[in-house]
Amino acid sequence: MNIQFRLNGKNVQADVKPDVILLDLVRELGCYSVKRGCETANCGLCTVWLDGKPVLSCSTLAVRVDGRHVTTLEGLQKEAEEFGMFLAAEGGEQCGFCSPGFIMNVLAMEKELDHPDEDEVREYLSGNLCRCSGYMSQLRAVKQYLDRKNGVGGNV
Amino acid sequence: MFRAEDYVKVDSLAEAYELCQKRSSLVVGGMVWLKMTNVTKRTIVDLSGLGLDQIEETGEEFRIGCMSTLRQIETHQGLNQYFGGIFRECTRHIVGVQMRNCATVGGSIYSRFGFSDILTCMMALDTYVELYHGGIMPLSEFAKRPVRRDDKDILVRVIIKKDGRKAAYTTQRNSSTDFPLLACCVSRRGGNWYVAVGARPSKAQVVTITDDGYDSLAQLAREAADSFTYGTNTRGSSRYRRQLASVYIRRLMERLTGRSVTIG
Amino acid sequence: MENLQMRNFRIVGAPVIKKDAKALVTGKPVFTDDLALKDCLVVKVLRSPYAHALITEIDCAVAAKIPGIECIITHKDVPRKRFTMAGQTYPEPSPYDRLILDERLRFVGDAVAVVAGETEAAVDHAMRLIRVKYQVLEPVLDMHDSKDGDILVHPEDSWESHCDVGADNRRNLCASGKETHGDLEEAFAGCTHVIERVYHTKANQQAMMETFRAYTYMDVYGRLNIVASTQVPFHTRRILAHALDVPKSRIRVIKPRIGGGFGAKQTVVAEVYPAIVTMKTGKPAKIIYSRYESQIASSPRHEMEVRVKLGCDDRGVLQAMDVYTLSNTGAYGEHGPTTVGLSGHKSIPLYRTPKAFRFAYDVVYTNRMSAGAYRGYGATQGIFAVESAVSELAAQMGMDPVAMRELNLVKEGDIMPAYYGEPANSCALDRCVAKVKEMIGWDEKYPRRAVSGTKVRGVGLAMAMQGSAISGVDVASVCVKVNDDGFYSLMIGAADMGTGCDTTLAQVAAESLGCELEDIVVYGTDTDISPYDSGSYASSTAYLTGMAVVKTCEALKKKILHKAARYLECREDELEFDGKRVYKLSCEEDGTRKEMTIKDIGNRVMCSNEDALQVTESHSSPVSPPPFMAGAAEVEVDTETGDVKLIRFVAAVDCGTPLNINLARVQTEGGLAQGIGMALYEDVTYSETGRVHENSFMQYKVPSRQDVGNVQVEFECSYEPTGPYGAKSIGEIVINTPSPAIANAVYNAVGVRIRELPITAEKVFNGMNGLD
Repeated sequence: MNIQFRLNGKNVQADVKPDVILLDLVRELGCYSVKRGCETANCGLCTVWLDGKPVLSCSTLAVRVDGRHVTTLEGLQKEAEEFGMFLAAEGGEQCGFCSPGFIMNVLAMEKELDHPDEDEVREYLSGNLCRCSGYMSQLRAVKQYLDRKNGVGGNV
Repeated sequence: MFRAEDYVKVDSLAEAYELCQKRSSLVVGGMVWLKMTNVTKRTIVDLSGLGLDQIEETGEEFRIGCMSTLRQIETHQGLNQYFGGIFRECTRHIVGVQMRNCATVGGSIYSRFGFSDILTCMMALDTYVELYHGGIMPLSEFAKRPVRRDDKDILVRVIIKKDGRKAAYTTQRNSSTDFPLLACCVSRRGGNWYVAVGARPSKAQVVTITDDGYDSLAQLAREAADSFTYGTNTRGSSRYRRQLASVYIRRLMERLTGRSVTIG
Repeated sequence: MENLQMRNFRIVGAPVIKKDAKALVTGKPVFTDDLALKDCLVVKVLRSPYAHALITEIDCAVAAKIPGIECIITHKDVPRKRFTMAGQTYPEPSPYDRLILDERLRFVGDAVAVVAGETEAAVDHAMRLIRVKYQVLEPVLDMHDSKDGDILVHPEDSWESHCDVGADNRRNLCASGKETHGDLEEAFAGCTHVIERVYHTKANQQAMMETFRAYTYMDVYGRLNIVASTQVPFHTRRILAHALDVPKSRIRVIKPRIGGGFGAKQTVVAEVYPAIVTMKTGKPAKIIYSRYESQIASSPRHEMEVRVKLGCDDRGVLQAMDVYTLSNTGAYGEHGPTTVGLSGHKSIPLYRTPKAFRFAYDVVYTNRMSAGAYRGYGATQGIFAVESAVSELAAQMGMDPVAMRELNLVKEGDIMPAYYGEPANSCALDRCVAKVKEMIGWDEKYPRRAVSGTKVRGVGLAMAMQGSAISGVDVASVCVKVNDDGFYSLMIGAADMGTGCDTTLAQVAAESLGCELEDIVVYGTDTDISPYDSGSYASSTAYLTGMAVVKTCEALKKKILHKAARYLECREDELEFDGKRVYKLSCEEDGTRKEMTIKDIGNRVMCSNEDALQVTESHSSPVSPPPFMAGAAEVEVDTETGDVKLIRFVAAVDCGTPLNINLARVQTEGGLAQGIGMALYEDVTYSETGRVHENSFMQYKVPSRQDVGNVQVEFECSYEPTGPYGAKSIGEIVINTPSPAIANAVYNAVGVRIRELPITAEKVFNGMNGLD
C-alpha cells in the first residue's frame, strides 16, 4: 500500500505492507531516535506523536498514519535540547536509550497538562520505563524545566 | 508476529461487516493486543474513517464509539462527573498515557479480557453494547459469551444509561502499572447494589445485591464476594482473591454510603 | 553540595554534564542498531522448547531453500572445543561448558540452530520449517535436587574446569568451598541468643532497556569485526577466538554507546551467533535479541538460598556467624564460581565483632536458564540474608535493629578477616547509619505508627558493602597523549554503559593535568586501539581505571616537563607545570620568567621531535577497598489486604570521594530502584516443564516511576588512599540495601517476616493471618 503522511514537517511517501508497524517504518526513514525496548507495549521507548498526541509506535500500524502527522524527536530537536539540558544537568540521561521516548512524552505532557503536581507528572510519565536512573533525577529535571517555563524560580 | 496481506479503511459499517464474514478478516481496534499475537490474517478492517471515535452525551445516556480511546474515556468530563470519577480510576493504571491513546474501548470490550479494568467498570453500570448485526444487548449478556473466531459481528458502540446510580471503583495491583490482581466496581441505586468483580483472574461478572437495611455492609460485601468464583495464577491465589473481594467491595460500599473509614 | 565533608577538588566531584549528554537527549543514532550496516544479514536463533533434550535429528533442507536464506548452522557445523561465555580474566574460573551449538539442550530456550537471511520474514519462515527430532529427557529443575542427583546437566567428557573452584560435572557442581575462621562451636556456645534462618532470592533480570545485540563484518584486512553492546570488549575478543577456534589477532571488538548493562553484558550472550555467520558467509550479520529472548535466554542473577546461623551475647554483641549458600547457576556455569563467594565475603565483614565465622557454599547446575552477572554479583543475595538475620536476632532480643548494628558494625581501621584479611582503610559506615537514621526519622518512627484503622507504617534499615575491582586480578590501562594546541586524548579500555565513566574519567584526567574538561577528548573502546582493560564490571571503573588515569597523567606530566626542559634550556627540577604552562620557578636576572604554554609545546612537538608526548600505563590493585552504605525504608502496609506501599527510601553512601556528585547520586538512585524492584515487584516463576512465566515486561514488572516512592540520597565521604582522589567504587553496592531494609520495615509494621523475595501483598496477608 502506498501511504503519504507528514513526518517531522516533511511530506513523505512510503510503500508498506499492511502489517508493518510505525516503529519500523520511521526507523527505516532515518528516525533512529525511536527505539524498541519490548514487544508488549510496556516500555514507552517507541513513543512518537500522531497528530500531536503521544502514542506507541510499536502498536500503531503504518497504514494508519496515511494523511496524518507523525513527529519524532528528530523533528523536535530544539525542544529536546532545551529540556534535555535540564535532564543532563541532573545526570538523568544515563544510557540514553529511554531518553527519546521519555522526552517525547515530557513534551507532550507539557502541552496537555496545566501546572501538574508531582503525582500528576509521575502518572503521566508512568508509561516510560527507565532502568538506569531510578527516576528521581528525571523528576527533578521535569520540575525545574516546568518551573522555568512557568517563570518560577531562579537558575538551574 | 502479527501478519496481514490487505488493509481496508472502510467507508461504512456495512462494508466492514461484509468483509468480516470471511474468517480471514479482522477488525482492528487499537492494535495493542493484536500485535503481540501470532495471528495471520488476510485482511485488516479499519473502522477509523467512520467517526466512531466520539463520546456523545445526551440527557439519557452516554454513547461511546468503539474507536474512542481509553484516554478519551479517562479524561471525559461528562463520564467522570456523572459516575464519580470511576472512568479515570479504571484507566489511569493501564500501562501509560501513550498506550491509552492507542487502545480503544471497542477493542477492550470486544476482547472480554479477564484483566480488563474497563469491562469490570462498565459491568457495574447500566451498560449495553450495540452490535452491528446482533443489535443492542446488555453488556453482562455480551460478556458471558465466549470469544469465538467465527464471531463475525462488529461492536459499534457502548451505551451507558444515566440512571442516577452512584459508582466507585478500585483494584489491587502488585505494581502500579501492572494488570490488576483483582478489580472491583460497585454501584448503588435505590436499594440495590450492583457489584462487578473482574480479574478473578477470569473476566468480570456482575451480581445484584438487595440492601434491605438489616445486614451490615461487611455482610453484604461478603455475600457479593462469595457469588463469584476465583482462580489462581502467578499474580495471586483464589483464596486471596476471595478475601480481597470481600474487603474491597465493603470499602467501595462504605465510600458510596459516606461511611468510609478507609480509602481502598 | 550538602554535607559532603569531602576535600574540594577543582573538577573531581563537580556535577559536570556528561560528554555524550547532548547526543543522547537529542536522540542521535549512536547505539549498535543505529550504526549497523544496512545490508547485514538478519540472524536469529531457534530455541529449545524443552528443558532437557537431545537433538536426534535436525533437518534444515526445506528451510534452507527459502528465498533469501543465506545459511543455517547446526551443532554439526560448529567447533567441538568447549569454552565459557563469562567475561572474566583468563584463565576464567567459570567452567568451559559451552559449545556454540550443542546436541544436548539444557534449558527451555537453549540454542538449537542459527539462521541467517536477507530479511526477517525469510528468517522467521525458515525457522518454522526446520525439522528437529528431540529425545526429551527428564530435567533437574530444583536446585535442591541437583548436587549428587541422578540427572546430570553436563555429563560430557569434554567439560573442563581450569581453576580450582571445587567444580565437578559428575556431581552437578559448578563450584564448592568452605572457609572457617576461629572456633565456631566455642563461639556459638558462648551465645545467649542464637537463630538459624533460610533466605531465598530469585533469578532476577537486569532488564536493561537495550537488549543484547551485535553486528559483525569482515574488514579490509580479512579480520572479523564485531560492534557489540558489551561491557567486556577484550574478553569478548578472547572468548570468540576460543569459540570460533581462530587466533585472537583475527578479531576486533568495538563498543559504541550502550543502553545499559548492569552485568548482563558481562557475558558474551549474543555475539557468537552473528560472528559465526559472518565467518561462514563472509557477509555482515546482525542479531538483535527480543525482550522475550532477553528474559528467557540471557544471564540473570543466580538464584540463591542462603542459610544463616547467627549468635550474640546478652548485650547483643555478635559472637558467631555461619553462612551456607546454595547457588543455582542454571544450565551453564558463567559467573557461578565467583558470584557465590561474594554472598559471604561481602556480607559477613559488615560486622567486626564475631569471634568465629564459617562460610560454605555449593553452586549447582540445573536445567534452567544460565545465570550470570548482575549488579551486586552475589553480595546482594548474601546481604539480604545476613542483614535480615541480624534484624531477626535483634527482634528476638527485643533490641532495636539499628542499635544492634551500631554495636557491631565494622569501623575504619579494622582488619576484616572475612574480607581476605584486608583493612578497612576508609570506612564511614557508622556515619552512614547515623545519617540514614536521621533522614528516615528512625527514632520517631521505629517500629511502627498507625496511620488509620487499616494502615500501618513501619521503618527498616540495612547496611551494605561491596568491593572496588577484583584485587590482584583486574587490570586497567589508560593512554593519554598531548595533541596540537595542547588538548589531550584519553584512551580507555573500560566500557561506559551509560554510567558516564567516559566523563568521570576525563574529570580525573583534567584534575591530574590541571586543565579544563573540554581539553580532554575521550576515546571509547576498540580492542585494536584501546589499551587493555578487563572491562566494566566488579565496580572497577572509577577505582581502578580512575587510578590508571592518575598514574598515566602523572607520567605524562613528567614527559611534558622533560620536553619543556629541553625547549627552555633548563633542568626539569627547576620547572613547574600548572596545567596551562610550564614555567621556571625562579626568575631570570632581568626579571623575566622562562615559560612555555602547553599549547605551544603541543604544537612544537609536531616538528623535529623525538619525545612522543604519549604515555600508556596499566594499574592493578592488591586491595579492593569496600564502599559502604546504609539504606532505610518506610513502608505502609494495609492490615486488611497485606498490600505494601513503599513511601520513602533513603540512603547514605560512602564511596570515598564521589568523582561526579550528580552521576554518583544517579547511580545510587538507579541502583536503589533496581533493588526496590527485586524486593517488591520482580518475580521469577516457572512452569512444571521449566518454562519461565515472566518472559516479557508484561509479566516481569520492573519498577515504574510510581513504584519507587520518594528516594533520597546523601553522601558520607571517607578518603581511600589507594583510589583516585580518594574514590572507591559505587556501581554495585547501590542495589544491596532495599531488599533487607524493606523486609525489615514490613516486619516492624505488621510483624510478618518475609524471607523469600519478592515481598508481595499475598505473602504479607498470609503472614498476618497465619496462613503460611
